[in-house]
Amino acid sequence: MAVVAHEAHGHHDSHDHHEESFVSKYIFSQDHKMIGKQFLMTAVFMGVVAMLLSILFRIQLAWPGESSDFVSFFLGDEWAPGGVMKEDMYLGLVTIHGTIMVFFLLTGGLSGTFSNLLIPLQIGARDMASGFLNMLSYWFFFLSSIIMLASLFVESGPAMSGWTVYPPLSALPQAVSGSGLGMTLWLFSMAIFIASSLIGSLNYIVTVLNLRTKGMAMTKLPLTIWAFFITAIIGVLSFPVLFSAALLLIMDRMAGTSFYLSDIIVGGEMLTQHGGSPLLYQHLFWFLGHPEVYIVLIPALGLSSEIISTNSRKPIFGYRAMIGSILAIAFLSFIVWAHHMFVTGMNPFLGSVFVFTTLLIAIPSAVKVFNYITTLWRGSIIFTPAMLFTIGLVSTFITGGVTGIILADAALDITVHDTYFVVAHFHVVMGLSAVFGMFAGVYHWFPKMFGRMMNTRMGYVHFWITIVGAYGVFFPMHFVGLAGAPRRYYDYSVYQDFDIESFNLMLDLNVIITMFAIMAALGQLIFLFNFFYSIFRGPKAVQNPWRSNTLEWTTPVEHVHGNWPGELPTVHRWPYDYSKPGSDVDFIPQNVPLKEGEEEH
Amino acid sequence: MVTKLIILAVIVLGVIAIAQLMRVYEISSKLRNNNEAEISSGDNKLNANLMLLFMIALFGGFIWLMLTYGWTGRGDSASVHGNEIDWLLNLNFIIIVAVFFITNALLFVFAFKYVRKPGVPAFYYPHNNKLEMLWTVTPAVVLAVIIILGLKTWNETTADAEVESIRVELFSKQFDWTARYSGVDNTLGKFDYKLTTDNNEMAILTSNTIDTAIHQMENGAMGIKTLEDKLNNEHLMLAPADREAMLDDLNRKNKLVRLLYQMKGRHDSKLDAQAWDDFIQKDTLYLCKNKEYEFNFRSKDVIHSAYFPNFRAQMNTVPGMTTRFKFIPNVSTAEMRGKKNNPDFNYVLLCNKICGGAHYKMKMMVVVMEEADYKKWEDSKLTQTFRDKYFASAAAPVEEVTEAVEAVEVEEVVEQH
Repeated sequence: MAVVAHEAHGHHDSHDHHEESFVSKYIFSQDHKMIGKQFLMTAVFMGVVAMLLSILFRIQLAWPGESSDFVSFFLGDEWAPGGVMKEDMYLGLVTIHGTIMVFFLLTGGLSGTFSNLLIPLQIGARDMASGFLNMLSYWFFFLSSIIMLASLFVESGPAMSGWTVYPPLSALPQAVSGSGLGMTLWLFSMAIFIASSLIGSLNYIVTVLNLRTKGMAMTKLPLTIWAFFITAIIGVLSFPVLFSAALLLIMDRMAGTSFYLSDIIVGGEMLTQHGGSPLLYQHLFWFLGHPEVYIVLIPALGLSSEIISTNSRKPIFGYRAMIGSILAIAFLSFIVWAHHMFVTGMNPFLGSVFVFTTLLIAIPSAVKVFNYITTLWRGSIIFTPAMLFTIGLVSTFITGGVTGIILADAALDITVHDTYFVVAHFHVVMGLSAVFGMFAGVYHWFPKMFGRMMNTRMGYVHFWITIVGAYGVFFPMHFVGLAGAPRRYYDYSVYQDFDIESFNLMLDLNVIITMFAIMAALGQLIFLFNFFYSIFRGPKAVQNPWRSNTLEWTTPVEHVHGNWPGELPTVHRWPYDYSKPGSDVDFIPQNVPLKEGEEEH
Repeated sequence: MVTKLIILAVIVLGVIAIAQLMRVYEISSKLRNNNEAEISSGDNKLNANLMLLFMIALFGGFIWLMLTYGWTGRGDSASVHGNEIDWLLNLNFIIIVAVFFITNALLFVFAFKYVRKPGVPAFYYPHNNKLEMLWTVTPAVVLAVIIILGLKTWNETTADAEVESIRVELFSKQFDWTARYSGVDNTLGKFDYKLTTDNNEMAILTSNTIDTAIHQMENGAMGIKTLEDKLNNEHLMLAPADREAMLDDLNRKNKLVRLLYQMKGRHDSKLDAQAWDDFIQKDTLYLCKNKEYEFNFRSKDVIHSAYFPNFRAQMNTVPGMTTRFKFIPNVSTAEMRGKKNNPDFNYVLLCNKICGGAHYKMKMMVVVMEEADYKKWEDSKLTQTFRDKYFASAAAPVEEVTEAVEAVEVEEVVEQH
C-alpha cells in the first residue's frame, strides 16, 4: 500500500517541474542523492583533518623531540613550542584522530553516504521514507562535526583521554587539561552525532522494509542493501547505549554524581564520590564500541560484494550464505563486547565466556572471505579502480582478521593488550578495510553521484600508493606491538633505561612506519585532486558505465526528483545474473523479465 | 615564517602542476574517445601483474620483518605462566600465519590469473553447498582447538593465588608506582582513601592513621578550622568565585570528616597489627625467584595498567576497586642479563593505560633475585615497616579529637531537627 501511495506521489512530482532554489537544492535538501553527497563531502573533509592529525603524531613518534617546521606550522607555539609538540597535545591528537576516523569518517561518512545514495536507488524507491528526517540526520551530523573540530581550538586543548574516553581520566579536569572544555565539547558533539545516526538508521530501516519496488523481495536485494539494512539495525540497538554512557559521564562531570567515580584523590583534592565503577562505563561504551566495528565494516563489505561481482562478471558466490554471514556477524557483534576488557579487572570467568563468543565471529568472517575468493575464481576480471580497492579490502580483512584470533584469546591478550599490536590489528581489519570499501564505493558510484567519471589512471596510482603505504604502516606496527610497546606513548625513551635492544627496534620501525604514513598521505592528495577535478571536469558518464545489474543504473544520468522519470521499474530477478549461460550479453539487469523457460538462479 | 611560506608555495604550485597535466591528459583522451569506463586490456594486464608483484612484495616484507625483528619480538618469558602463554602464542601464530599466506595467495593469484581475456567468458557459478559447508566447518574445528587451549591457559593464569603466595600491593597514581609488601604475617593491612595524608600516602588503615586523618582534616593547613575562620573573617575580602570554591571545599571536608568519625567508631583496633609489619618500597620492585606473588592493584586517581612485558602479565588498576594478578618469576635478573648478553637489561613495570600527560614515563624497575639475596633485602626492609617508619611513637592529639567529635555530633543533631 505504501508503495502505491508513494508511486502516485512520485508521478505527481515528475509532472510538476518546479525550479528549486539554491538553498533547497544544495543546502537544506531533502533529496537522498544530495544528502548522500553532503555526507560524503563532510566526511572527506573530516577524513583529511584526521589524517593530518595522524601525520603530526607520527612525526613525533619517528623523530621524538626533534623540531619540525611541519608540526610547528599546524600547532603553533602554544602547543608545539620550538616545533616539538607538547605531551598533552600528543594525546589530544591521538584522541581526536581516533574519534573522527571511527565516527565521522567511517560511520557518518561510509554508511551515511552510501545508505542515502543507494538504498532508494537500488530498491527502486522515489526517495527515503522521510526526506525531512533524512535532512535532519545530515544537519545533526554537520553540527556535531563542527563542534568536534571546534574542540581542537579550545585553550585547554581537545579531549585527551583516548577515543574511548575512559573515566575517571575523562571526568576529571585536574587529571589532564583536555578533560576540561575539550571533553565537554567532545561529549556534546557525540551526543548530537548519536542523534544523527539514530534518525538516519531508523529511516534506512523503514525505507528498506516498506518502499521496495514491485518484485523486489528481500531475497532479491543486492547485498549492499542487506549490509546497510543490518548496519542500521545494529546502530539503532547499540548507539543509545553509548548515549547513556555519555549522559552518565556528563552527569559525573557536571552534577557531581558518582556513576563512574569512586574513592579518588586527584591534584591533591579528595573527592567525595564513592561507589561508582569505571568498569560500568567500559561495559556501556563497548556495548556500542564493538558493534560499532561492524557498523563500520559491514557497509564496506556490502559495497565490495556488489563491486567484486560486477567486475568479475560473475554472480557473487553463495548469495544466501553472504546474507546469513552478515546476520550472524551482526548477532554475534552484540555478545562480544567485553573482549576489550579482559584485563580491566572484570571477573575472569566472564572473560572466558567472551573468548568463546568472540572467536565464533571468525566463522562467518571466513565464509565471507572464501566466498569473495571463489567469486574471483574463473571470473573475467576488469580492474577498475573500484575493483582494485575491493581486492585490497579482502586482503586487509584477512590480514587484520587473523590477528584478531590472538586478541580474542584472553590468555594471549594479557601480553598484547593495549600495545601497538592492537593498534595494528584494528587499523588493518576495520580502518583499512572500511576505508578501502569507501574508496571502492566512491570510484564505483561516482558516475551515479555526479554524472561524470573519475580518472582511471589516477585511480590506479592512488590505489597502489595507498595499499603499499597502508601495509607499510601497519605491518611493522605488529612487530612494535609484539615487542611490547604500549600504545599512546609520547615516546619510548623510557626503554633506554632498561632495554636498549627493544628501544632500538621500536625506533627503527617507527621511522619506517612514519615514512610509509607520509607516503600514503601524499597519495591521498591524488585522490582528492581526482575527486574534485572530476566533479567539474570529468568526462560525462554513460547511464550504466560498469554494465551492472542493479536498479540504480536504470535511472537517467541527470538526477531527477523521484529518481525515475516514468514508472518505477519492476524487478524480475536477483541482482547477480552476470555471464548467465544462454544469454548473449554478460549482464542482465534486475528489471529484465525472465525469458521463457529461464530458471532463476 | 619563510619556511611556512615556502611550504604553502610548494603546495599551490604542486596543485597547479597536476591541473595542467590533467588538462593535457583530458585533451588526449578526448582524442582517443575514452570515457574512463572502458578499461583497456593493457591496463587490465598491468594491474593483474601488479597484483602478483604486490603479493610477492607483501610476503617478502613479512618474512623480512620476521627474520629481522624476531618471531614475536620481545624475547623469552620470565615467568612460569609466561612460558605457557608463549607456547600458545606460537601455536596460534603458526595457524594464523598459514591462513594469512594461503588466503592472500589465493586472492592475489586468482586476481592475476582470471583477468579478463578476450573471448573467455566468466564461469557462472552462483553457489555450491558442499564448498560452503567445507569452509564453515574447517574454521569451526580449528577454532574449537584454539578456544579450548586458550581457555585452559586463561583459567590457570587467572585462578586464585595459593594461600602461601606472597602478597604485594602495587599502588598507582599519576605518574608513578609504589609497592607495599605484606611483611611477616603475609597479610596486607586494610586501607581507605580518606586516610591519605602526607605521611600516609597509601592510605593505610590503623587506629592511629584515622586519628591523624581526622586531625589533618580539621586542623591542617587548609583544614575545616582554617576554612571556617577565613569564611567568617569580616576583614578578609574574597572574590565571589574564591568564596564559592572555599565553601565547596568546606562542605566536602565536613562530609569526609563525618565519614572518618564513622570509620573510627567502627574500627577494630585488632586489625592494626596487619598493617604494622607492612613496608613500602619505591622505584624498584624486588621479587624472589620461583616464589608465587599475588599482586593487589590499587589506583589513587585514574585508571592505570600494570604491565610487566617480560612476565607476560597485565592488569588494570582501577580507582575504587582492588584488582589482582598472580605470577611466579622464574628467571632472575642476572640470568636474563646473561641470556640477552646485555648487562644493563632490567625487568620493568610500565603503565599501559592512558593516564595523562606523563603516561609514557610512568615505570618501576623490577629486579628478580635468588632466594638468599632476596632474604637479605627483605630483612633490611623489615626494620622499616609501616609502624617503625611512621607510627612507632606517634601520638595523635587526643584531646582535640574528642572535642571535634562532640562538635560534629551537635551539628548532626541540629541537622536532624
